[in-house]
Amino acid sequence: MDAQLQPITMPKWGMTMTEGRLSAWLVKEGERIATGQEIMEVETEKITNVVEGHVSGLLRRIVVEEGATAPVGALLAVVAETSVPDSEVDAFVAGYAERAGAAGDDADAYPTPRVVEAGPHQLNVLSIGDGDATPVVLIHGFGGDGGTWLFTQDALAKDRPVHVLDLPAHGGSAPTVPSGKLDELAEAVVAALDALGIARAHLVGHSLGGAVALSVAASAPDRVASLGLLAPAGLGGEISSDYIDGFLAADRRKPMKEVLSRLFADPDAMSAEMVENVLRFKRLDGVPEALGAIARNLASGGRQAIDLRDALAATQAPVLAVWGEKDRVIPAAQADGLPANIKVERVADAGHMPMMEAAAAVNRMLAAHLAGADR
Amino acid sequence: MPQKSFRQALNEALHHEMGRDPTVIVLGEDIAGGAGASGQQDAWGGAFGVTKGLLGAFGPLRVRDTPISESAFVGAAAGAAVTGLRPVAEIMFVDFLGVCFDQIFNQAAKFRYMFGGKAVTPFVLRATYGAGTRSASQHSQALYPIFTHVPGLKVVIPSSPYDAKGLLIQAIRDNDPVIFLENKLLYDTVGEVPDGAYAIPFGEANVLREGGDATIIAFGRMVHFAQEATAILAAEGIDCTVVDPRTTSPLDEDTILETAEETGRVVIVDEANPRCGMAADISSIIAENAFGALKAPIMKVTAPHTPVPYAPNLEAAYLPDAKRIAEAVRKTMAYRK
Repeated sequence: MDAQLQPITMPKWGMTMTEGRLSAWLVKEGERIATGQEIMEVETEKITNVVEGHVSGLLRRIVVEEGATAPVGALLAVVAETSVPDSEVDAFVAGYAERAGAAGDDADAYPTPRVVEAGPHQLNVLSIGDGDATPVVLIHGFGGDGGTWLFTQDALAKDRPVHVLDLPAHGGSAPTVPSGKLDELAEAVVAALDALGIARAHLVGHSLGGAVALSVAASAPDRVASLGLLAPAGLGGEISSDYIDGFLAADRRKPMKEVLSRLFADPDAMSAEMVENVLRFKRLDGVPEALGAIARNLASGGRQAIDLRDALAATQAPVLAVWGEKDRVIPAAQADGLPANIKVERVADAGHMPMMEAAAAVNRMLAAHLAGADR
Repeated sequence: MPQKSFRQALNEALHHEMGRDPTVIVLGEDIAGGAGASGQQDAWGGAFGVTKGLLGAFGPLRVRDTPISESAFVGAAAGAAVTGLRPVAEIMFVDFLGVCFDQIFNQAAKFRYMFGGKAVTPFVLRATYGAGTRSASQHSQALYPIFTHVPGLKVVIPSSPYDAKGLLIQAIRDNDPVIFLENKLLYDTVGEVPDGAYAIPFGEANVLREGGDATIIAFGRMVHFAQEATAILAAEGIDCTVVDPRTTSPLDEDTILETAEETGRVVIVDEANPRCGMAADISSIIAENAFGALKAPIMKVTAPHTPVPYAPNLEAAYLPDAKRIAEAVRKTMAYRK
């Protein structure tokens, strides 16, 4: 491929994405764009996300207009300097589909999740990446699943394996949590590390998953290379019991949509499919009871029932904590006053889901954190 | 997640519930393989293979072949339900329920009301429906409007393997008589179905797609045609919402009204005959409650008011299809800019 002509293509987020709708261009033809600049908004059945450019140069040609839908990998725009004649840009556009097709259809090769026997648990795991660096395990929050990491997993998997784990009674994992206590969830993660043959991993956890990761660091410190805690539970008093209780009570689309919208600074980012996916695992026999047990151990009456501040102070592993400033579930004020050795990042326009709402920024923070911890 | 056929999803639901609850029994014609017939039992598992394997797993007391008399075994199911069992009766074709209207309409549907709420009638009548198989007018009808009309009955029309399993489990656990209708042309469709048991609540529509321009409401097999139509329309820049109410009774009026108000243009697709049908019913609900939000008249895409024809070309013309749905959406778009 001619290095003077650089393609901007439809990204692929997660294994089920086959196409995306280009809902808005944030740059115009004839503008210069830089790597990391927000260039477009792409909408899928699951969510709308702002996409940052991975190339820099002159945006020479927009191929797919706003409002149009294009398959994953399709050419959306071309970056090329004015020294490249129009005829070459035309030829590049005309020949792109053919060359991309010849390179092989990687949609079929996308990894699929598998169920891993981990002690008493059957855990759903999706693994991507095969580099030599220390692996990462991503742990979602209460009521979440692997979909939480739609924009995270690929981005971190450039030089290492990244495993997305569904906690018991979540996503594709069986409801094997008789007590619902945090220790039980932490044991499930250690059992998953054993089952996956991972001696030591970076743990990145969101919300309840952050508390689980921290709990693993306290009980099995030699298994934890570093901690990435996104809006974690366990580090402060306040938590939205409205959210937790509302989630437990919602067994239909409309109340669930209302509850889930509290996760986001901009509720329009959500889609019907996201709501349906949550309802799908909540409908499974045994799951509502298991979630109820987990919730009772997590919080009551607007106060967190777990306190991991001592564990955080005691951990030797490097820790990054990230909070969305508009978090309505666990307030960002809990990032204040954490021990000095904890690196704290705040994301301005995000709620409780910074890794989805500000995916590119949070991916950069996590990548820098992992690289620092590996050194 | 594992991929399974619509038929397999229904079979799993029956396996789950019979394993979980010893009061669940199944009965119907040839569902165990043909009582009194020589040769291999359980060879077919009913006319469409849905009950295959149940005889071996649960034995002849709970998997019962019946004589060819729908009025007898539907009455037996209603009676057994009142005495504490949870029967699932299979009727080969919904058309055959014509001979058991009294058992269904005057008996089963009325017990809860006439006995002061003290009697419940938890039985499921599973039956196939729908045209498109060259089976002529006595084996092809979509009679759900008739059952929807009767208070005391619940009426379910699954459109996907995932919904088929979760709705059948809910139907078996439900304490009221449920008419559960399976389109014969969906049995071999495949989709993601969890291995575990799960119940989808009745009266909860599925929003398959969200678009700002028009709302298409469809049932059963028509949901697939609606989805096809949205693909055609998307290429023309028309972005549609697709709603599958999943159950006609109870009906999720909230979701229907909410999506109708969001787009202001509504097309209702129903393969049943149009008079007193679901399309007419839903359009009256929208007209009464969301009139101010409408930007165009509500369009109905239905079968004509005729029996299902046997001639292949006429049968093809009888059924709604993606082309007709797309054309109706275009008309609502063109009504007022």
